[in-house]
Amino acid sequence: MQKENTPQLKAQAREFNFFYGPVQALKNINMPIYDKKVTALIGPSGCGKSTYLRSFNRMHDLYPGNRYEGEIRFYPDNTNLLSPEVDPIEVRMRVGMVFQKPNPFPKTIYENVAYGLRVRGEKNRRVLDDKVEQALKGAAIWDEVKDRLQDLAPNLSGGQQQRLCIARALATDPELLLFDEPTSALDPIATGAIEELVHELKQRVTILIVTHNMQQAARVSDYTAYMYLGEMIEFGKTDDIFIKPQDKRTEDYITGRMG
Amino acid sequence: MRAGAASQPEGNIAMNTAIMTETHTISDRLSKNVMRNVTERIIEGLLFAAAAVSVLTTVGIVYVLVSESIHFFQNVSIVDFLTDTQWTPLFDDAHFGISVLISGTVVSSAVALAVAIPMGTVIAIYLSEFANGKVRELAKPILEMLGGIPTIVFGYFALLIVTPILQKIFPELPGFSLLSAGLVMGIMIVPYVASLSEDAMRAVPMSLREGAYAMGSTRLYTAIHVVVPAAFSGLAASYILGISRAVGETMILAVAAGMQPNLTWNPMEPAATITSFIVQVALGDLPHGSIGYQTIFAAGLTLLLITLVFNILGQWLRRKYRENY
Repeated sequence: MQKENTPQLKAQAREFNFFYGPVQALKNINMPIYDKKVTALIGPSGCGKSTYLRSFNRMHDLYPGNRYEGEIRFYPDNTNLLSPEVDPIEVRMRVGMVFQKPNPFPKTIYENVAYGLRVRGEKNRRVLDDKVEQALKGAAIWDEVKDRLQDLAPNLSGGQQQRLCIARALATDPELLLFDEPTSALDPIATGAIEELVHELKQRVTILIVTHNMQQAARVSDYTAYMYLGEMIEFGKTDDIFIKPQDKRTEDYITGRMG
Repeated sequence: MRAGAASQPEGNIAMNTAIMTETHTISDRLSKNVMRNVTERIIEGLLFAAAAVSVLTTVGIVYVLVSESIHFFQNVSIVDFLTDTQWTPLFDDAHFGISVLISGTVVSSAVALAVAIPMGTVIAIYLSEFANGKVRELAKPILEMLGGIPTIVFGYFALLIVTPILQKIFPELPGFSLLSAGLVMGIMIVPYVASLSEDAMRAVPMSLREGAYAMGSTRLYTAIHVVVPAAFSGLAASYILGISRAVGETMILAVAAGMQPNLTWNPMEPAATITSFIVQVALGDLPHGSIGYQTIFAAGLTLLLITLVFNILGQWLRRKYRENY
């Protein structure tokens, strides 16, 4: 452990609590997110891993009665993403997200990928064309759709839709990309394609992924966090967590005795 | 005997029972329940009858309109009906140019829709995407109550309040005008458009909105660029309903638009519409079978065809832009 270089921090949760109205969903979470690494969040249903993930782009602000406490520091500028002075729209400009169920907009393939650029005011056709192509290539779907960019996106297959959603998120060069169980609605082949993609994407972007599938966490992630009942039980290198977990609860979950 | 029982599931009950007691191929639990089948049949019959009443009514109305119109078109040529520029069916020098009435209907409907579609859509966007739960719970029933006001009340509202106000802005506006009636008709249609459009937008799944917000869009950008396109088929349906209401509206126009047949495309003038003409003639005592009497049916058939075209257009739009999420 000591002889390896410690990677740079991209984000860090500090004494982070989250409340849905009176109900505390996350309890005192402290956890680093390392730059250009894949961090997986695992744990049984209802443990708060999606709630935690959705705090990174302030999705909870969309619904009344939600409350954050503590900090999620974002580097290199050391901004507290949760601060009330920080505009959630600015946060979402820097943090992309891919959802559980593919949710392409009812627009053409091209317009789906160009969406984030248009939100940011980009109008230059050549810039748009170029970025759309780069994003589709980055999401490994360019070859399948390059001849039908003007087709409606909801007509693509589920796996293609999910890769399109990844392309949509990539087009705006996010610093952190959130994946909320991105393969739970997909078949094994499409899942394999997404996992391979996650592996390639970490060259350019930091990734935080929620997954129910422990093999998936083991395959794609560099770091893994085990959450249980709103608490962060254990965080470490994926190999360490899966081979020699320190906490009995983590071990029980990983070996399938619980959850 | 076994094979016979298996290949004869519809056989009568006495025979089945006989076979069962003989061979024990079918247990009591699995055998046919006669009472259950009978009740099912009766219920099915009742449901069919209920459905048939509405279908038969429609068929009956179409039959009456078409058969009476045939008598009308035996006296008046279709070419005259479509091309004549005068509508004087009760004069000695009778002319039957339906375009005169269609112009009134089109102008008043256009004025109404110019009010109802933008306003209804904006209200729907506000209620669905911006208003919080409390505002929506309060505003929607009030809005729908507006749709329950009898149209005759709207008619007098147009004649006695809106027209005088409009006359302050346009002093040359006559006491009866398509503009005044159309504006009030638009207000009347707003609740229908707003309520249906709001339902369509609220049916757009939250995951689509979250996807848009996650890309950094504002609420307005999400509403216009994601929610409205996703709900387009529902919006189109609400607009078509609005058009049908406008074309078929009678009382407001009869009260506030004047009833003189007038071939005009200017909303500042008074004019009769297809519906207000029918009211006017139906109130008079025309002898059954006279040409004046038959004009009602020809006008009614025209109205039916116009709304039919919009209904078909609506169906087509629905299919073309079906909910794509």
